[in-house]
Amino acid sequence: MEKKTLNVYIYGKKYEIPAGLTIMEAMEYAGYRLVRGIGCRNGFCGACATVYRIKGDRELKACLACSTTVEDDMYIATLPFFPLVKEPYDIEKVRPDEQIMMQLYPEIYSCVGCNACTKTCSQGLNVMQYIAHAQRGEYDKCAEMSFDCVMCGICSARCPAGISHPQVAMLARRLNGKYLSPEAVHLTERVKEIEDGLCSEAIEALMAKPIEEIKELYNNRDIEK
Amino acid sequence: MIFTEEMLQSMRKVEAAREANIKYEPRRMTAEEKDALLKQYHPDYKKSGFSTIHIGPNKGEKAPVELVDVLEGRSRVMDLLINPNQIDYDVDVLVIGGGGAGSAAAIEAHAAGANVMIATKLRIGDANTMMAEGGIQAADKPGDSPAHHYIDVMGGGHYVNRPELVRKLVMDGPAAIKWLNELGVEFDKDAEGNMITTHGGGTSRKRMHAAADYTGAEIMRTLRDEVFNRKIPVLDFTAAIELLLDDKGNAAGAVLQNTETGEILIARAKCVILATGGAGRMHYQAFPTSNHYGATADGLVIGYRAGAKLLYQDTLQYHPTGVAFPQQIFGALVTEKVRSMGAKLINSEGECFMHPLETRDVSAASIIRECSTNGKGVSTPSGGKALWLDTPMIDMIHGKGTLEKRLPAMLRMYLTFGIDMRKTPILIYPTLHYQNGGLEIGADGMTNVKNLYVVGEAVGGIHGRNRLMGNSLLDIIVFGRSAGQQAGARVKDITVGKLNLDHVVRYETERQEAGIDSYEPSPRLFPNYTRNVINWRKL
Repeated sequence: MEKKTLNVYIYGKKYEIPAGLTIMEAMEYAGYRLVRGIGCRNGFCGACATVYRIKGDRELKACLACSTTVEDDMYIATLPFFPLVKEPYDIEKVRPDEQIMMQLYPEIYSCVGCNACTKTCSQGLNVMQYIAHAQRGEYDKCAEMSFDCVMCGICSARCPAGISHPQVAMLARRLNGKYLSPEAVHLTERVKEIEDGLCSEAIEALMAKPIEEIKELYNNRDIEK
Repeated sequence: MIFTEEMLQSMRKVEAAREANIKYEPRRMTAEEKDALLKQYHPDYKKSGFSTIHIGPNKGEKAPVELVDVLEGRSRVMDLLINPNQIDYDVDVLVIGGGGAGSAAAIEAHAAGANVMIATKLRIGDANTMMAEGGIQAADKPGDSPAHHYIDVMGGGHYVNRPELVRKLVMDGPAAIKWLNELGVEFDKDAEGNMITTHGGGTSRKRMHAAADYTGAEIMRTLRDEVFNRKIPVLDFTAAIELLLDDKGNAAGAVLQNTETGEILIARAKCVILATGGAGRMHYQAFPTSNHYGATADGLVIGYRAGAKLLYQDTLQYHPTGVAFPQQIFGALVTEKVRSMGAKLINSEGECFMHPLETRDVSAASIIRECSTNGKGVSTPSGGKALWLDTPMIDMIHGKGTLEKRLPAMLRMYLTFGIDMRKTPILIYPTLHYQNGGLEIGADGMTNVKNLYVVGEAVGGIHGRNRLMGNSLLDIIVFGRSAGQQAGARVKDITVGKLNLDHVVRYETERQEAGIDSYEPSPRLFPNYTRNVINWRKL
């Protein structure tokens, strides 16, 4: 493995950091005991949105600090919180029609098509396209395209129209999951069977058995192929 | 290429044997073989990893050395001037912890009409729930039943699970899935609406429901959205550092602390629901962990000081497949779903040495044996050994594109560091994953301390001494909802007396009498990975 130190500027201050560390590890190496801007440390929670620029490069880049390896002459600033707009609604009362987006997130219709959201997405999602689906009430498509979103908020930080893309997508996914995807009939039936007490006897019988009998049942149970 | 020469040589053996290994059906171990394996290789049996608890309700019992240190640490309130009756927040139900269990509890308590507040030391959703990848069990398919599920849970847990808790888990499982689905959680379904389900280690039926390999994230973000929709107040970046009891000795609130400014805030509540999660960041036996940054056993510590009993605090789950390479994601989780989808565990010689879907404790012990005694591990730059998880098998078995569609998070995680798991196998080793034990509860979710409920990973007894994949996402919903409903219904009959911290003072006296002079601030709240504290990158 390469053993080399890099110059990394954390909030403008220079630190010498061993190569191969993530941005988050580099901050810890530098001495930060983090209490914000940190979560799962593995790309799922979106807590560690970070912007950076490499010296001499005009482009401002964004990433998750836990999933990005430090580079030489990297200037970093974390974004431990971003004020997304989240409109409350009653999931039982809303319906998957175009009106609901119009009502809750009308700013999506002000999208100027700059594509800054897509270019900056830490998950590599086609953000502008899923917003286009949301505009047209195509919530299944919006849900599918936005599924891997970790809601880090970087897209919204770059949006000139003030769209809170992750919240728009969140609404689309819930509408899709609840109203558009087909009902799992076997699930509904099993819940009813349990409510009607049809599964109780078997459980009570098991609970009454001595552990030796449970062991027998476990060790000889048939396993579905 | 980032792989070492030794890795590449071994990888060629794995590739050469792949076709044969796909067809090979390794037998499952017998009960006797499993027992012998666990005793010799599972970290739970390593005596040096444990010490005796000197004070409190479980005095005389064993717990991991690192857990004993915080259980016997010095309360953070000892050096502060606190007036517990100068109330900042007065609520019916205080939920401590903003993961899946806490959020489910808060939603149901709110639905029952209670005035609820959540306090959490990072943000709501920063929790192990968010990182659960593979799936959630429930016996809702034809050919399956809660009884089948019950036997799997008991067997997996080595028959010491609390039967009444297991009954609740399996009987309320299908309703939990339905509740989530009706909140809008997008489960994987076929065109007719049937849930697409797979096996997990130790399951007898395919009852693992999933939302790709973002199952926990999909559940967590939906619950969080629902908490926001209900306008339940959430105090982010606010840690609970002690519970408060009233003059009747009942749980009645908590001392909260702003993690950034240090400001102390007093919350009074008629019921307290502890939902503080696990302990992976305690790094028991110096294992890396798949857990969230905040997993430091806080709830066990503050609950224990308030008099709540622990159960099975001496048993941890090491997930068989933690990332062993690359170093940047050392210890991160490779979901069991990778094996559910057909990828097998292969040693350095290209041999498929075990059935890929034994229970987690057995799989982890088997991998440790293969890397130690059997000498068939591959060396990694961190100085450890690792085995292969042969991920290219998945597309070979199910068709090209399957891995990308069903395991997008895994694919992305590895691609970030230059590894395409569709084409090359990945290197794994067990990682500290789950706290099997925790605070003891009854079927109503309450501890022996009245009005103190515990939900989620902080509970002990549901999973016995080993949890099956997919039963943790299930338990956080089943027991989270239940505690929320029960607390929500009871608060109208509860009156809270004067608040006090007498139990903390008594505990400090016990500490001194036992000759414990540690000044370790406890609960720990966060790990410390700064350079001056740790041997960098070993953890």
